[in-house]
Amino acid sequence: MDKRTTEREVVAELQSGMTLGIGGWGSRRKPMSLVRELLRSDVTDLTLVSYGGPDVGLLCAAGKVRKVVYGFVSLDSIPLEPHFRVARQTGSIEAVELDEGMLQWGLYAAANRLPFLPTRAGLGSDVLTLNPHLKLVKSPYADAEELVAMPAIELDMAWIHMNRADAGGNGQFLGPDFFFDDLFCLAAKRRFMSCEKLVATRDLLAEGSVHTLKINRTMTDGVIEAPGGAHFTECPPDYARDEPFQKEYAATAKDEKLWQEFWSRYLDVATEAEYQAAVKSR
Amino acid sequence: MSEFTRAEACAVAIAETFRGDGEILVSPIGNLPAIGARLAKLTFEPDILLTDGVASIVANLTAVGGGVGADPEVESYMPYRTVFDTLWSGRRHVMMGATQIDGYGNQNIACIGSHAKPKAQLLGMRGAPGNTINHPTSYWVPNHSNKVFVPKVDVVSGIGYDRAAALGARSSRFHEIRRVVSNLGVFDFDTKDHRMRLASVHAGVSVDDVVGNTGFELVIPASVPETRSPTDAELELLRNVIDPKGFGAREVVG
Repeated sequence: MDKRTTEREVVAELQSGMTLGIGGWGSRRKPMSLVRELLRSDVTDLTLVSYGGPDVGLLCAAGKVRKVVYGFVSLDSIPLEPHFRVARQTGSIEAVELDEGMLQWGLYAAANRLPFLPTRAGLGSDVLTLNPHLKLVKSPYADAEELVAMPAIELDMAWIHMNRADAGGNGQFLGPDFFFDDLFCLAAKRRFMSCEKLVATRDLLAEGSVHTLKINRTMTDGVIEAPGGAHFTECPPDYARDEPFQKEYAATAKDEKLWQEFWSRYLDVATEAEYQAAVKSR
Repeated sequence: MSEFTRAEACAVAIAETFRGDGEILVSPIGNLPAIGARLAKLTFEPDILLTDGVASIVANLTAVGGGVGADPEVESYMPYRTVFDTLWSGRRHVMMGATQIDGYGNQNIACIGSHAKPKAQLLGMRGAPGNTINHPTSYWVPNHSNKVFVPKVDVVSGIGYDRAAALGARSSRFHEIRRVVSNLGVFDFDTKDHRMRLASVHAGVSVDDVVGNTGFELVIPASVPETRSPTDAELELLRNVIDPKGFGAREVVG
Protein backbone atom coordinates (compact mmCIF):
# COMPACT_ATOMS: atom_id res chain seq x y z
CA MET A 1 0.00 0.00 0.00
CA ASP A 2 1.21 3.48 -0.84
CA LYS A 3 0.88 5.47 2.39
CA ARG A 4 2.36 8.72 1.16
CA THR A 5 0.51 11.75 2.44
CA THR A 6 1.15 15.40 3.36
CA GLU A 7 1.38 17.44 6.53
CA ARG A 8 -1.83 19.20 5.54
CA GLU A 9 -3.82 15.98 5.19
CA VAL A 10 -2.53 14.72 8.54
CA VAL A 11 -3.41 17.90 10.42
CA ALA A 12 -6.83 17.88 8.73
CA GLU A 13 -7.49 14.62 10.62
CA LEU A 14 -6.54 16.12 13.96
CA GLN A 15 -9.42 17.57 15.96
CA SER A 16 -9.44 20.06 18.79
CA GLY A 17 -9.38 18.33 22.18
CA MET A 18 -7.44 15.27 20.95
CA THR A 19 -4.41 13.69 22.62
CA LEU A 20 -1.32 13.92 20.41
CA GLY A 21 1.92 12.04 21.10
CA ILE A 22 5.10 13.44 19.59
CA GLY A 23 8.26 11.29 19.27
CA GLY A 24 11.90 12.35 19.53
CA TRP A 25 13.53 13.62 22.71
CA GLY A 26 14.19 17.23 23.79
CA SER A 27 15.54 19.07 20.77
CA ARG A 28 16.31 15.85 18.88
CA ARG A 29 14.64 14.33 15.80
CA LYS A 30 11.28 16.00 16.32
CA PRO A 31 8.60 15.90 13.58
CA MET A 32 8.71 19.69 13.30
CA SER A 33 7.21 20.04 9.81
CA LEU A 34 4.04 18.48 11.21
CA VAL A 35 4.22 20.77 14.26
CA ARG A 36 4.55 23.76 11.94
CA GLU A 37 1.52 22.65 9.91
CA LEU A 38 -0.41 22.37 13.17
CA LEU A 39 0.60 25.95 14.01
CA ARG A 40 -1.03 27.02 10.72
CA SER A 41 -4.30 25.24 11.57
CA ASP A 42 -7.20 26.27 13.81
CA VAL A 43 -6.91 23.08 15.92
CA THR A 44 -6.65 23.86 19.64
CA ASP A 45 -7.25 22.48 23.15
CA LEU A 46 -4.78 19.62 22.61
CA THR A 47 -3.25 17.27 25.16
CA LEU A 48 0.40 16.74 24.25
CA VAL A 49 2.42 13.70 25.33
CA SER A 50 6.13 14.16 24.73
CA TYR A 51 9.72 13.84 25.86
CA GLY A 52 9.38 17.53 25.33
CA GLY A 53 11.39 20.00 23.31
CA PRO A 54 10.49 22.88 21.00
CA ASP A 55 7.45 20.91 19.81
CA VAL A 56 5.88 21.57 23.21
CA GLY A 57 7.23 25.13 23.50
CA LEU A 58 6.00 26.26 20.08
CA LEU A 59 2.54 24.72 20.46
CA CYS A 60 2.15 26.26 23.93
CA ALA A 61 3.27 29.67 22.67
CA ALA A 62 0.74 29.45 19.83
CA GLY A 63 -2.11 28.65 22.23
CA LYS A 64 -2.77 25.16 20.90
CA VAL A 65 -2.41 23.31 24.18
CA ARG A 66 -4.66 22.57 27.14
CA LYS A 67 -2.53 19.95 28.87
CA VAL A 68 1.00 18.54 28.62
CA VAL A 69 2.02 15.07 29.82
CA TYR A 70 5.82 15.06 30.17
CA GLY A 71 8.90 14.05 32.13
CA PHE A 72 10.84 17.14 31.07
CA VAL A 73 10.74 19.87 28.45
CA SER A 74 14.20 20.94 27.29
CA LEU A 75 16.11 22.30 24.31
CA ASP A 76 19.21 20.27 25.38
CA SER A 77 21.84 22.94 24.65
CA ILE A 78 19.45 25.39 26.35
CA PRO A 79 18.36 23.29 29.34
CA LEU A 80 15.05 25.03 30.08
CA GLU A 81 12.51 25.46 27.23
CA PRO A 82 11.64 29.17 27.60
CA HIS A 83 8.23 29.14 25.89
CA PHE A 84 7.13 26.16 27.97
CA ARG A 85 8.31 28.02 31.09
CA VAL A 86 6.14 31.01 30.17
CA ALA A 87 3.13 28.72 29.68
CA ARG A 88 3.70 27.09 33.09
CA GLN A 89 4.45 30.32 34.92
CA THR A 90 1.36 32.07 33.58
CA GLY A 91 -0.75 29.01 34.38
CA SER A 92 -1.98 28.74 30.79
CA ILE A 93 -1.64 24.95 30.62
CA GLU A 94 -2.36 21.96 32.81
CA ALA A 95 0.75 19.95 33.70
CA VAL A 96 0.91 16.19 34.20
CA GLU A 97 4.51 15.83 35.25
CA LEU A 98 5.89 12.29 35.41
CA ASP A 99 9.18 10.50 35.87
CA GLU A 100 10.71 9.81 32.42
CA GLY A 101 10.42 6.07 32.95
CA MET A 102 6.78 6.35 34.03
CA LEU A 103 6.06 8.07 30.72
CA GLN A 104 7.65 5.14 28.88
CA TRP A 105 5.62 2.71 30.99
CA GLY A 106 2.36 4.56 30.27
CA LEU A 107 3.01 4.41 26.53
CA TYR A 108 4.08 0.77 26.77
CA ALA A 109 0.90 -0.13 28.71
CA ALA A 110 -1.20 1.52 25.98
CA ALA A 111 0.89 -0.24 23.31
CA ASN A 112 0.13 -3.58 24.98
CA ARG A 113 -3.57 -2.74 25.48
CA LEU A 114 -3.09 -3.07 29.23
CA PRO A 115 -4.80 -0.78 31.76
CA PHE A 116 -1.53 -0.16 33.62
CA LEU A 117 1.97 -1.44 34.25
CA PRO A 118 3.53 -1.66 37.71
CA THR A 119 6.68 0.28 38.50
CA ARG A 120 8.67 1.36 41.50
CA ALA A 121 9.34 4.77 39.90
CA GLY A 122 7.34 7.58 41.48
CA LEU A 123 6.91 6.02 44.95
CA GLY A 124 7.49 8.57 47.68
CA SER A 125 7.87 11.46 45.24
CA ASP A 126 5.53 14.37 44.52
CA VAL A 127 4.67 12.81 41.16
CA LEU A 128 2.01 10.94 43.14
CA THR A 129 0.79 13.87 45.26
CA LEU A 130 0.59 16.19 42.23
CA ASN A 131 -1.20 13.56 40.13
CA PRO A 132 -3.90 12.12 42.39
CA HIS A 133 -5.25 10.09 39.44
CA LEU A 134 -2.19 7.82 39.81
CA LYS A 135 -2.96 4.81 42.00
CA LEU A 136 -0.92 2.16 43.77
CA VAL A 137 -1.27 -1.57 43.25
CA LYS A 138 -0.32 -4.36 45.62
CA SER A 139 1.57 -7.38 44.27
CA PRO A 140 -0.78 -10.40 44.43
CA TYR A 141 2.20 -12.64 45.27
CA ALA A 142 3.79 -13.41 48.61
CA ASP A 143 5.93 -10.25 48.61
CA ALA A 144 2.77 -8.04 48.67
CA GLU A 145 4.91 -5.11 47.54
CA GLU A 146 3.14 -1.83 46.79
CA LEU A 147 3.95 -0.33 43.42
CA VAL A 148 2.73 2.50 41.22
CA ALA A 149 0.09 1.32 38.74
CA MET A 150 1.15 3.52 35.84
CA PRO A 151 -1.99 3.91 33.72
CA ALA A 152 -1.91 3.47 29.94
CA ILE A 153 -1.39 6.73 28.06
CA GLU A 154 -3.65 6.25 25.06
CA LEU A 155 -3.05 8.56 22.11
CA ASP A 156 -5.49 9.66 19.45
CA MET A 157 -2.58 10.36 17.11
CA ALA A 158 1.20 9.96 17.10
CA TRP A 159 3.82 11.77 15.04
CA ILE A 160 7.41 10.62 14.61
CA HIS A 161 10.29 11.65 12.36
CA MET A 162 12.71 9.12 10.85
CA ASN A 163 15.82 9.45 8.72
CA ARG A 164 14.54 7.16 5.96
CA ALA A 165 11.25 5.48 5.11
CA ASP A 166 9.57 3.74 2.22
CA ALA A 167 6.18 4.56 0.73
CA GLY A 168 4.64 1.58 2.51
CA GLY A 169 5.35 3.07 5.92
CA ASN A 170 8.49 1.24 7.02
CA GLY A 171 10.80 3.61 8.87
CA GLN A 172 14.53 3.68 9.56
CA PHE A 173 16.52 5.60 12.16
CA LEU A 174 20.20 6.22 11.42
CA GLY A 175 21.18 8.31 14.43
CA PRO A 176 22.56 7.17 17.78
CA ASP A 177 19.24 6.82 19.65
CA PHE A 178 15.80 5.64 18.57
CA PHE A 179 14.25 7.09 21.75
CA PHE A 180 10.69 5.74 22.28
CA ASP A 181 9.26 6.40 18.84
CA ASP A 182 7.88 2.86 18.37
CA LEU A 183 5.92 3.16 21.62
CA PHE A 184 4.30 6.42 20.50
CA CYS A 185 3.10 4.66 17.33
CA LEU A 186 1.95 1.55 19.18
CA ALA A 187 0.03 3.63 21.76
CA ALA A 188 -1.91 5.62 19.11
CA LYS A 189 -5.03 5.12 17.04
CA ARG A 190 -3.59 7.04 14.04
CA ARG A 191 0.18 7.06 13.37
CA PHE A 192 2.06 9.36 10.99
CA MET A 193 5.76 9.34 10.18
CA SER A 194 7.70 12.05 8.42
CA CYS A 195 11.16 11.27 7.05
CA GLU A 196 14.18 13.03 5.65
CA LYS A 197 14.16 10.92 2.52
CA LEU A 198 11.79 8.41 0.99
CA VAL A 199 13.62 5.47 -0.60
CA ALA A 200 12.60 2.30 -2.41
CA THR A 201 12.08 -0.62 -0.03
CA ARG A 202 14.95 -2.55 -1.62
CA ASP A 203 17.28 0.39 -0.94
CA LEU A 204 16.66 0.57 2.82
CA LEU A 205 19.51 -1.81 3.67
CA ALA A 206 21.89 0.31 1.62
CA GLU A 207 21.18 3.11 4.11
CA GLY A 208 21.77 1.17 7.34
CA SER A 209 21.80 -2.31 8.88
CA VAL A 210 18.64 -4.33 9.48
CA HIS A 211 18.80 -3.23 13.15
CA THR A 212 17.94 0.32 12.12
CA LEU A 213 14.58 -0.77 10.63
CA LYS A 214 12.70 -0.25 13.89
CA ILE A 215 9.40 1.02 12.47
CA ASN A 216 7.48 -1.55 10.43
CA ARG A 217 4.39 -0.77 8.40
CA THR A 218 1.94 -2.21 10.96
CA MET A 219 2.95 0.78 13.08
CA THR A 220 2.14 3.58 10.61
CA ASP A 221 -0.88 4.89 8.70
CA GLY A 222 0.86 7.53 6.65
CA VAL A 223 4.32 8.67 5.60
CA ILE A 224 5.49 12.13 4.56
CA GLU A 225 8.74 12.97 2.84
CA ALA A 226 9.97 16.09 4.65
CA PRO A 227 13.62 16.94 4.01
CA GLY A 228 14.72 19.22 6.84
CA GLY A 229 11.49 18.29 8.58
CA ALA A 230 13.13 18.05 11.99
CA HIS A 231 14.68 21.53 11.75
CA PHE A 232 15.78 23.18 14.06
CA THR A 233 16.16 20.05 16.18
CA GLU A 234 19.01 17.67 15.37
CA CYS A 235 18.55 14.76 13.00
CA PRO A 236 21.88 12.94 12.84
CA PRO A 237 23.51 11.84 10.61
CA ASP A 238 21.54 14.05 8.20
CA TYR A 239 22.12 17.29 10.09
CA ALA A 240 23.01 18.76 13.48
CA ARG A 241 20.80 21.04 15.55
CA ASP A 242 20.61 24.59 14.13
CA GLU A 243 21.95 26.21 17.30
CA PRO A 244 21.83 29.84 16.08
CA PHE A 245 18.21 29.39 15.01
CA GLN A 246 17.35 27.70 18.30
CA LYS A 247 18.91 30.63 20.18
CA GLU A 248 16.83 33.04 18.11
CA TYR A 249 13.70 31.02 18.90
CA ALA A 250 14.52 30.86 22.63
CA ALA A 251 15.09 34.62 22.86
CA THR A 252 11.56 35.32 21.61
CA ALA A 253 10.05 33.99 24.86
CA LYS A 254 11.20 37.08 26.75
CA ASP A 255 9.80 39.65 24.36
CA GLU A 256 6.35 39.66 22.75
CA LYS A 257 7.59 41.85 19.89
CA LEU A 258 10.42 39.42 19.07
CA TRP A 259 7.93 36.54 19.15
CA GLN A 260 5.58 38.37 16.75
CA GLU A 261 8.51 39.03 14.40
CA PHE A 262 9.64 35.39 14.62
CA TRP A 263 6.06 34.26 14.03
CA SER A 264 5.51 36.39 10.94
CA ARG A 265 8.93 35.69 9.44
CA TYR A 266 9.06 31.92 9.89
CA LEU A 267 5.74 30.47 11.00
CA ASP A 268 3.00 32.59 9.46
CA VAL A 269 3.82 31.19 6.02
CA ALA A 270 1.66 29.08 3.75
CA THR A 271 3.79 25.96 3.43
CA GLU A 272 6.74 24.02 4.83
CA ALA A 273 8.67 24.96 1.66
CA GLU A 274 8.21 28.64 2.51
CA TYR A 275 9.48 27.98 6.03
CA GLN A 276 12.57 26.23 4.67
CA ALA A 277 13.15 29.14 2.27
CA ALA A 278 12.81 31.68 5.10
CA VAL A 279 15.33 29.71 7.18
CA LYS A 280 17.80 29.58 4.29
CA SER A 281 17.47 33.28 3.49
CA ARG A 282 18.44 34.50 6.96
CA MET B 1 52.09 18.48 47.76
CA SER B 2 51.17 20.82 44.91
CA GLU B 3 48.76 23.72 45.21
CA PHE B 4 45.27 22.95 43.92
CA THR B 5 42.06 24.80 43.13
CA ARG B 6 38.65 24.42 44.76
CA ALA B 7 37.36 22.85 41.53
CA GLU B 8 40.11 20.23 41.77
CA ALA B 9 39.20 19.50 45.39
CA CYS B 10 35.58 19.08 44.26
CA ALA B 11 36.63 16.74 41.44
CA VAL B 12 38.40 14.48 43.93
CA ALA B 13 35.43 14.58 46.34
CA ILE B 14 33.11 13.64 43.48
CA ALA B 15 35.42 10.83 42.35
CA GLU B 16 35.35 9.50 45.93
CA THR B 17 31.55 9.14 45.79
CA PHE B 18 32.06 6.47 43.09
CA ARG B 19 34.67 4.51 45.09
CA GLY B 20 33.60 0.89 45.41
CA ASP B 21 30.97 1.10 42.66
CA GLY B 22 32.63 -1.58 40.53
CA GLU B 23 31.05 -2.72 37.28
CA ILE B 24 28.00 -0.43 37.07
CA LEU B 25 26.84 2.45 34.89
CA VAL B 26 27.89 5.80 36.37
CA SER B 27 25.84 8.75 35.10
CA PRO B 28 27.39 12.09 36.03
CA ILE B 29 25.16 15.07 35.15
CA GLY B 30 27.15 18.30 34.73
CA ASN B 31 30.77 19.28 34.14
CA LEU B 32 32.40 18.58 37.50
CA PRO B 33 30.53 15.30 37.97
CA ALA B 34 31.81 14.24 34.51
CA ILE B 35 35.32 15.25 35.53
CA GLY B 36 35.11 13.43 38.86
CA ALA B 37 33.71 10.26 37.29
CA ARG B 38 36.54 10.19 34.73
CA LEU B 39 39.05 10.69 37.52
CA ALA B 40 37.59 7.73 39.42
CA LYS B 41 37.68 5.56 36.29
CA LEU B 42 41.27 6.47 35.46
CA THR B 43 42.48 5.80 39.01
CA PHE B 44 40.79 3.63 41.66
CA GLU B 45 37.51 2.61 39.97
CA PRO B 46 38.47 1.33 36.49
CA ASP B 47 35.47 -0.98 36.02
CA ILE B 48 32.71 1.67 35.96
CA LEU B 49 30.89 2.26 32.67
CA LEU B 50 30.74 5.80 31.29
CA THR B 51 28.93 7.06 28.17
CA ASP B 52 30.06 9.62 25.63
CA GLY B 53 27.04 11.70 26.68
CA VAL B 54 25.01 10.29 23.79
CA ALA B 55 24.47 6.53 23.43
CA SER B 56 27.88 4.81 23.46
CA ILE B 57 29.80 3.29 26.35
CA VAL B 58 33.36 4.35 25.65
CA ALA B 59 36.17 2.44 27.38
CA ASN B 60 38.85 5.08 26.90
CA LEU B 61 37.03 8.36 27.61
CA THR B 62 39.46 11.19 28.00
CA ALA B 63 38.94 14.95 28.06
CA VAL B 64 35.58 16.53 28.99
CA GLY B 65 34.05 18.95 26.53
CA GLY B 66 35.97 17.48 23.62
CA GLY B 67 33.77 14.63 22.50
CA VAL B 68 35.13 11.12 22.80
CA GLY B 69 38.71 11.87 21.80
CA ALA B 70 40.62 10.92 18.68
CA ASP B 71 40.35 7.16 18.92
CA PRO B 72 37.24 6.11 20.86
CA GLU B 73 37.08 2.52 22.01
CA VAL B 74 33.32 1.92 22.00
CA GLU B 75 32.52 -1.11 24.13
CA SER B 76 28.71 -1.08 24.14
CA TYR B 77 25.48 0.67 23.23
CA MET B 78 23.50 2.68 25.81
CA PRO B 79 20.50 4.48 24.29
CA TYR B 80 17.95 5.96 26.70
CA ARG B 81 15.87 2.80 26.71
CA THR B 82 18.87 0.79 27.91
CA VAL B 83 19.63 3.46 30.51
CA PHE B 84 16.11 2.94 31.89
CA ASP B 85 16.52 -0.85 31.85
CA THR B 86 19.87 -0.52 33.61
CA LEU B 87 18.58 1.85 36.28
CA TRP B 88 15.57 -0.37 37.01
CA SER B 89 18.00 -3.28 37.44
CA GLY B 90 19.86 -1.20 40.02
CA ARG B 91 23.26 -1.37 38.30
CA ARG B 92 23.72 2.39 38.21
CA HIS B 93 24.87 5.32 40.33
CA VAL B 94 23.72 8.76 39.20
CA MET B 95 25.02 12.14 40.31
CA MET B 96 22.36 14.76 39.62
CA GLY B 97 22.10 18.45 40.34
CA ALA B 98 19.64 19.93 42.83
CA THR B 99 17.95 23.31 42.63
CA GLN B 100 16.79 22.65 46.20
CA ILE B 101 17.78 19.93 48.68
CA ASP B 102 16.67 19.44 52.28
CA GLY B 103 18.13 17.85 55.39
CA TYR B 104 16.92 14.34 54.48
CA GLY B 105 18.16 14.57 50.90
CA ASN B 106 14.86 15.32 49.17
CA GLN B 107 15.73 17.02 45.88
CA ASN B 108 13.80 19.42 43.66
CA ILE B 109 14.53 20.01 39.96
CA ALA B 110 10.89 20.49 38.93
CA CYS B 111 9.81 24.01 39.86
CA ILE B 112 10.00 26.81 42.43
CA GLY B 113 6.75 27.94 44.05
CA SER B 114 3.40 26.20 43.64
CA HIS B 115 3.30 23.46 41.05
CA ALA B 116 -0.03 24.68 39.68
CA LYS B 117 1.47 28.04 38.71
CA PRO B 118 5.17 28.04 39.52
CA LYS B 119 7.31 31.12 40.08
CA ALA B 120 9.96 29.34 38.05
CA GLN B 121 9.45 26.23 35.96
CA LEU B 122 12.66 24.16 35.95
CA LEU B 123 13.54 20.96 34.11
CA GLY B 124 10.68 18.78 35.29
CA MET B 125 10.93 15.57 37.29
CA ARG B 126 13.24 13.99 34.69
CA GLY B 127 14.39 10.63 36.04
CA ALA B 128 14.76 11.69 39.67
CA PRO B 129 11.82 9.74 41.18
CA GLY B 130 12.83 6.51 39.45
CA ASN B 131 16.54 6.96 40.09
CA THR B 132 16.22 7.52 43.82
CA ILE B 133 13.89 4.56 44.46
CA ASN B 134 16.01 2.18 42.37
CA HIS B 135 19.72 2.78 42.91
CA PRO B 136 22.37 4.93 44.61
CA THR B 137 22.07 8.64 43.93
CA SER B 138 24.44 11.47 44.77
CA TYR B 139 24.07 15.20 44.26
CA TRP B 140 26.38 17.95 43.09
CA VAL B 141 25.74 21.57 44.10
CA PRO B 142 28.23 24.07 42.63
CA ASN B 143 26.70 27.07 44.45
CA HIS B 144 26.14 26.13 48.11
CA SER B 145 23.71 28.60 49.68
CA ASN B 146 20.62 28.64 51.86
CA LYS B 147 18.57 29.05 48.68
CA VAL B 148 19.67 25.54 47.66
CA PHE B 149 20.02 23.87 51.08
CA VAL B 150 16.49 24.60 52.30
CA PRO B 151 14.37 23.40 55.26
CA LYS B 152 11.70 22.10 52.85
CA VAL B 153 11.87 21.67 49.08
CA ASP B 154 8.95 23.07 47.07
CA VAL B 155 8.51 19.82 45.11
CA VAL B 156 10.03 16.40 45.84
CA SER B 157 11.56 15.05 42.62
CA GLY B 158 14.28 12.79 44.07
CA ILE B 159 13.15 11.25 47.35
CA GLY B 160 15.08 11.64 50.59
CA TYR B 161 15.42 9.36 53.60
CA ASP B 162 12.25 10.50 55.41
CA ARG B 163 10.10 9.85 52.33
CA ALA B 164 11.84 6.50 51.76
CA ALA B 165 11.33 5.45 55.39
CA ALA B 166 7.63 6.26 55.14
CA LEU B 167 7.35 3.71 52.31
CA GLY B 168 8.50 0.91 54.60
CA ALA B 169 11.49 -1.39 54.46
CA ARG B 170 10.48 -3.39 51.39
CA SER B 171 9.64 -0.52 49.03
CA SER B 172 12.67 1.51 50.08
CA ARG B 173 15.23 -1.29 50.01
CA PHE B 174 17.08 0.07 46.97
CA HIS B 175 17.04 3.71 48.12
CA GLU B 176 20.40 5.25 48.97
CA ILE B 177 21.51 8.86 48.85
CA ARG B 178 25.22 8.25 48.85
CA ARG B 179 26.60 11.75 49.26
CA VAL B 180 26.11 15.41 48.45
CA VAL B 181 29.16 17.30 47.22
CA SER B 182 29.05 21.10 47.10
CA ASN B 183 31.63 23.78 46.41
CA LEU B 184 32.05 24.06 50.20
CA GLY B 185 32.14 20.47 51.43
CA VAL B 186 31.01 16.87 51.40
CA PHE B 187 27.84 15.64 53.12
CA ASP B 188 26.51 12.19 53.90
CA PHE B 189 23.57 10.66 55.77
CA ASP B 190 25.53 8.33 58.07
CA THR B 191 23.47 9.34 61.10
CA LYS B 192 20.95 7.42 63.18
CA ASP B 193 17.93 9.17 61.64
CA HIS B 194 19.56 9.74 58.22
CA ARG B 195 19.77 13.51 58.61
CA MET B 196 22.42 15.19 56.49
CA ARG B 197 25.83 15.34 58.15
CA LEU B 198 28.83 17.47 57.29
CA ALA B 199 31.44 14.85 56.38
CA SER B 200 34.28 17.17 55.38
CA VAL B 201 35.02 20.76 54.41
CA HIS B 202 37.14 21.64 51.39
CA ALA B 203 40.50 23.29 52.01
CA GLY B 204 40.02 26.95 52.88
CA VAL B 205 36.39 26.50 54.00
CA SER B 206 35.36 26.71 57.66
CA VAL B 207 32.53 24.83 59.35
CA ASP B 208 30.91 28.22 59.99
CA ASP B 209 30.98 28.98 56.24
CA VAL B 210 29.00 25.81 55.65
CA VAL B 211 26.56 26.31 58.53
CA GLY B 212 25.96 29.96 57.56
CA ASN B 213 25.05 28.97 54.02
CA THR B 214 22.77 26.08 54.93
CA GLY B 215 19.08 26.70 55.58
CA PHE B 216 18.57 23.73 57.92
CA GLU B 217 20.37 22.25 60.88
CA LEU B 218 23.19 19.99 59.73
CA VAL B 219 24.61 17.24 61.91
CA ILE B 220 28.09 18.52 62.73
CA PRO B 221 30.52 15.97 64.21
CA ALA B 222 32.82 17.05 67.05
CA SER B 223 35.70 17.10 64.62
CA VAL B 224 35.18 17.84 60.91
CA PRO B 225 38.01 16.67 58.66
CA GLU B 226 39.24 18.45 55.55
CA THR B 227 38.30 16.92 52.19
CA ARG B 228 41.12 14.72 50.89
CA SER B 229 43.57 16.77 48.82
CA PRO B 230 44.27 15.72 45.24
CA THR B 231 47.48 13.71 44.83
CA ASP B 232 50.10 14.90 42.36
CA ALA B 233 49.08 12.06 40.04
CA GLU B 234 45.43 13.17 40.22
CA LEU B 235 46.35 16.79 39.50
CA GLU B 236 48.38 15.65 36.51
CA LEU B 237 45.38 13.69 35.19
CA LEU B 238 42.92 16.53 35.85
CA ARG B 239 45.05 19.21 34.21
CA ASN B 240 46.52 17.33 31.26
CA VAL B 241 44.11 14.53 30.43
CA ILE B 242 40.61 15.05 31.83
CA ASP B 243 40.05 18.81 31.86
CA PRO B 244 42.79 20.64 29.93
CA LYS B 245 40.34 23.38 28.89
CA GLY B 246 39.36 24.16 32.50
CA PHE B 247 35.62 23.43 32.46
CA GLY B 248 35.75 22.66 36.18
CA ALA B 249 37.10 26.09 37.04
CA ARG B 250 34.19 27.69 35.16
CA GLU B 251 31.73 25.88 37.43
CA VAL B 252 33.53 26.56 40.73
CA VAL B 253 35.91 29.49 41.22
CA GLY B 254 38.76 29.78 43.70
